[in-house]
Amino acid sequence: MELINASIIEIAEAVKTKKASAKEVATFFMKRAENLNPKLNAYTSFNKQAIQDAEAIDARIAKGEDVGVMAGVPFGIKEMFCTKGITTNAGSKILQNFVPPYDATVVARLKKAGIVITGKLNQDEFAMGSSNETSFFGATKNPWNLECVPGGSSGGSAAAQAARMCAGTLGTDTGGSIRQPASFCGIVGVKPTYGRVSRYGIIAYASSLDQAGPMVSTVKDAALTLEVISGHDERDSTTSQRKVPTYSKDLSTNVKGMKIGLIKEYMHGGLHADVQKTVDQAISTLKSMGAEFVEVSVPMTEFAVPVYYLVAASEASSNLARYDGVKYGYRAEFANLSAVDLEDFYGKTRGEGFGKEVKRRIMLGTYCLSSGYYDAYYNKAGQVRRLIMNQYRDAFKKCDVILSPVTTSPAFKIGERVSDPLTMYLNDIFTTSTNLAGLPGMSVPFGMSADGLPIGVQLTGAHFDEQKMLNVGCALEGASSVKGKTPNV
Amino acid sequence: MIDKKTIEHIAKLARLEITEAEANEYSQQLGKALSHFEQISKINTEGIEPLVTPTEIEEFWREDIAKQEFSPEDMTANAPSKAGNLFKVPPVV
Repeated sequence: MELINASIIEIAEAVKTKKASAKEVATFFMKRAENLNPKLNAYTSFNKQAIQDAEAIDARIAKGEDVGVMAGVPFGIKEMFCTKGITTNAGSKILQNFVPPYDATVVARLKKAGIVITGKLNQDEFAMGSSNETSFFGATKNPWNLECVPGGSSGGSAAAQAARMCAGTLGTDTGGSIRQPASFCGIVGVKPTYGRVSRYGIIAYASSLDQAGPMVSTVKDAALTLEVISGHDERDSTTSQRKVPTYSKDLSTNVKGMKIGLIKEYMHGGLHADVQKTVDQAISTLKSMGAEFVEVSVPMTEFAVPVYYLVAASEASSNLARYDGVKYGYRAEFANLSAVDLEDFYGKTRGEGFGKEVKRRIMLGTYCLSSGYYDAYYNKAGQVRRLIMNQYRDAFKKCDVILSPVTTSPAFKIGERVSDPLTMYLNDIFTTSTNLAGLPGMSVPFGMSADGLPIGVQLTGAHFDEQKMLNVGCALEGASSVKGKTPNV
Repeated sequence: MIDKKTIEHIAKLARLEITEAEANEYSQQLGKALSHFEQISKINTEGIEPLVTPTEIEEFWREDIAKQEFSPEDMTANAPSKAGNLFKVPPVV
């Protein structure tokens, strides 16, 4: 087994059967991560205990204990997830030194399955961004081309996974933050159905949209990781009590007779030629495997970006009210605290602690929720959101899975779009409606641009029907032009 | 464009101290974004209940028992300023 290209499943199998020790696996990936990080800035911190954690796994295996399905798999964790005893900063100055006293449920479940945490991964500040350029800790580079963004907000996760600085990563997706960077970096990224995965211990951005999911190298690894992290959590009342399917065991590349929907409203061109080519090839590949294509209509997706930004910014302005400089996080300096007015205390702390994009969204959300505007913006957005979901439900009466582009273009250049927020927001045109409707979505690497950048295809499933989506992803994976290619870093 | 007075009012509501330059920037950028977002006003949503949680929330009951998972030391460990296990804050009354 060559560790550099080994899957999560292969590594766990090797560790469990003592063909490789967790320690040698961890040593390999930690070394590679530390060597490549100055170039990519994918990690914000490394787990200093990683080798000891791996030794502990080996010791348990030596005693004959069952250490779980991810025994000794080195995993990188996005900065959005609370990790007990390891700094968790959400890419923000305001949480720069925050060390959580507990693990997010998903992190606890992965640890229980045997992972070794390699470190924390860079991201856009509070997951607000599509390029990883809003991180307080500097932009992450795309390993396929260092002049390009890795996407965002889970850009550190995507870059680290693509450059194999770990064997698996975890991201969060509020409006495309798993799928878009997965597409830009040529990895598999899955956003589960809303309620499939617990949000406990994930730093909140927009609670009705946020979901966590795997960002890994293969569809089968994604299926296994999803199995491990999914399921009801008494600490998150929005998690579903439905039984979690055995996604990895039930994975099938047989798409014969499957109905795949193409959204009519997404077909009016405007795509980068290489993206169009990738989508067309994915369609002809699936057709040749016996899948049927049907046209579906979701006219309200035209309004997904406005609705998404109105809902997300409103929820964010409320969620981020907790950063007050009192209980944890950054506090502005005051010479004489007893002479400070409370409003000034909050204002200065938050004004200095948050970055530009976060402040912009807090302002937008506060405006939308303020007296006189609530009905026109937040309430109206919620109503249109229901129409979007209803139209998707109707569409899924006609098809099993929907296929679409992830983005209009491959990865763009660093600095190219950062100065114009609205242009940056419009990047999210194909990804946000999935979150608004609470549907599962994924990006599978499938095409290569003329410039040598990977391009993903987006698959969307009906509520709680991740399996069919994963199956189509698995079928596409076998015919992918990205298969066997790795970035030259 | 949103006028500067409104921007300053919103910043105050959001407890954000912003500079003169930021106020000017936000008045331009938020104005531009909102005028783009306003396109949703033309959609007929009469009688539509706003959607908040996109999937069903099932009832979930548990015993109301207090847990002692964290010590006061754990909970105050990240405080920027404290006295013993108490958070230090400016006068609030």
